[in-house]
Amino acid sequence: MSSKSKAAILSILFMGLGQLYNRQWLKGLLFLAAGMLGIYFFIFELYDYIHGLITLGDTPSGFVKVGKMTKLVEGDHSIFMMIKGLVALLAALLMAAYYILNIRDAHIVSAERARGKRPNSFKQSLVMLEQKHFAYLVLLPPFIAIVFLSILPLIFSILIAFTNYADPILPPANLVDWVAFDNFSKMINIKAWSTTFTGVLQWTIVWAILATVTTYIGGVLVAILIHQPAIRFKKFWRTALIIPFAIPNMVSLLVMRNMFNNQFGPVNSYLKFFGLKGIPWLTDPFWAKVTVILVNMWMGIPITMILAFGVLSTIPRDLYEAADADGAGSIHKFRYITMPMVLFSTAPLLIMQFAGNINNFNVIYLLTNGEPVNINYQFAGHTDLLVTWLYKLALLQSQFSFASVIGIFIFVIVATFSIWSYTRTRSYKEEDMIQ
Amino acid sequence: MKTSSSKWKLRASYFILSVLTVISIFPALWIILSSLKTGNSLYSDTFIPREFTFQHYVDLFEKTKYPIWFLNTLKVALFSTLIGTFLLLFASYAISRFRFVGRKTTLKMFLVLQMFPGFMAMIAIFVLLNAMSLLNSHWALILVYSTGAIITNVFVAKGFFDTIPKSLEDAARIDGASHLKVFFSIIIPLSRPMLTYASLMIFNGAFVDFIFADLILRTEEQRTLAVGLYKMVSQRNSTEFTMFASGAVLVAVPVTLLFLFLQRFLIEGLTAGATKG
Repeated sequence: MSSKSKAAILSILFMGLGQLYNRQWLKGLLFLAAGMLGIYFFIFELYDYIHGLITLGDTPSGFVKVGKMTKLVEGDHSIFMMIKGLVALLAALLMAAYYILNIRDAHIVSAERARGKRPNSFKQSLVMLEQKHFAYLVLLPPFIAIVFLSILPLIFSILIAFTNYADPILPPANLVDWVAFDNFSKMINIKAWSTTFTGVLQWTIVWAILATVTTYIGGVLVAILIHQPAIRFKKFWRTALIIPFAIPNMVSLLVMRNMFNNQFGPVNSYLKFFGLKGIPWLTDPFWAKVTVILVNMWMGIPITMILAFGVLSTIPRDLYEAADADGAGSIHKFRYITMPMVLFSTAPLLIMQFAGNINNFNVIYLLTNGEPVNINYQFAGHTDLLVTWLYKLALLQSQFSFASVIGIFIFVIVATFSIWSYTRTRSYKEEDMIQ
Repeated sequence: MKTSSSKWKLRASYFILSVLTVISIFPALWIILSSLKTGNSLYSDTFIPREFTFQHYVDLFEKTKYPIWFLNTLKVALFSTLIGTFLLLFASYAISRFRFVGRKTTLKMFLVLQMFPGFMAMIAIFVLLNAMSLLNSHWALILVYSTGAIITNVFVAKGFFDTIPKSLEDAARIDGASHLKVFFSIIIPLSRPMLTYASLMIFNGAFVDFIFADLILRTEEQRTLAVGLYKMVSQRNSTEFTMFASGAVLVAVPVTLLFLFLQRFLIEGLTAGATKG
């Protein structure tokens, strides 16, 4: 048997043995220790956790008679079991990846040894790591953080959609069970849920389209207005109009909520000053929707404006000069030069903004809180978007499984748009061509 | 004839711009003036209050935990910014420059993660933190904010790094500089607009987030400004409007000034990252 397959086989047998065979002592010992930890974990912990993940617990809490007294005995907590099971599963996967790396390493080093190269000392290995695998080295910390703080919670939330984890089935008093697609079919078949769902979905789409289009057009127009050669104090106008973007949006939304107050808000008192009747800004379903769109324009226009400035300053002057020479009016120039240029560079962004608006939680939650209440809806109001409904269902009504179903719907909608737009951006298609 | 029509156009432009400026500044002015007026109600029959007072600012510091909230917020935001920016720049630099196995997968993973509504993860993070008994701790927030910052900003940052010529680093590497050295002595100085943009975005995000903070922070002493302020006016029968106004002014003024002051970098960062996708 050749020495290089020997090292690899040793490493398959136990982590680190191959490295020791290759005379990389410190590295071998480190791998060996990791391998022992892994085996300990595998035997004593992993099985229980995975079992818990599959059954979600089998002993509910209850009262047990101990002698003459009845005592509350804590049973299995399905949700904790689920999370711990997932953590264990992910840890096992990471471990497996590490195990494969160990075999690969033993194999490569012994192959080099066979060619007469001395194996690296521990210090040299570290240097090599920095030089050759820099990308992995710096991506590792964010990767681990993301796995446990984003990916794991997401898997958890998706799994919840397939359980009956909803008020009144709440651990630790009850055990949660897997129910496959029950929640999805309830969402479609039970009238109370399906009316709310279609209603909220419709408004979400209408909102996302209006919010995106109004801020986009508004922003481009304002930028063009300021960009006119004859306009003076450009810097002043720009700074003044960026202010809404600069104010923390939590603050400005809470302020707006008070400004549009029907009774005491300044907006209505000015309308009354001019002899007009006040408008029920936040209490009438239609006007509440208008208010949300208006406030969103106030906050969103500056961002498009900034981007449009960037594009406008890159349009070559001579294009306009040539147009002037041909006797084109300003409307013509706008239609045939400015607009196509701006559209071309900002179109992918438009779709991203649309996707972002579907998830625009803050504007709705802070401004109207989804109100006014709609009596036909299940836990939702007239201005609720899918996300705010999701929030209310999960954190206020403890309807976790239904919230997860909605989350999956939102994901499907947003993913469709984002992937479609992303695959069309330059950075995806030809990223090596920029240099 | 031509000149008179363009004069009109110019006048109209100035008029529209003035109106827009008034609209964009009005809420800020209104809240500042409200914070200075006497009484505690939202209603005021004149735009400029008849009597001015700084009492609400004094009350804010004496009657509420505002100073503690302020320090909490500063702590959370500063640490999130430091850790988040550091991780973000490293990660997006690696993705932009190195062609490693799993690179496209990593990019796709970031894209997919961006699309899930954040709240879906919240319940799980809550349970996780509960299991690790990290609830009610600022470090939990810092950890979540700085990780989230990578996911939301990685594409803009990568787009920016894509535009820095590779030859600069190659030259340094020929001279024997390690990757870390190249990163710190060449890339970091060159990415000042990106650095400013990213850290400002992360800082701002951590500064104003209230929904996650509200979930994690259980006691009044641990609260951040956003949560404290939100609680002040979110209740239906809240009566301390003017105190909220003064609190809002104190939060918004520094952040707004910072934004305006760093405007140029922001615009550079935003456009550099955006047009490249």
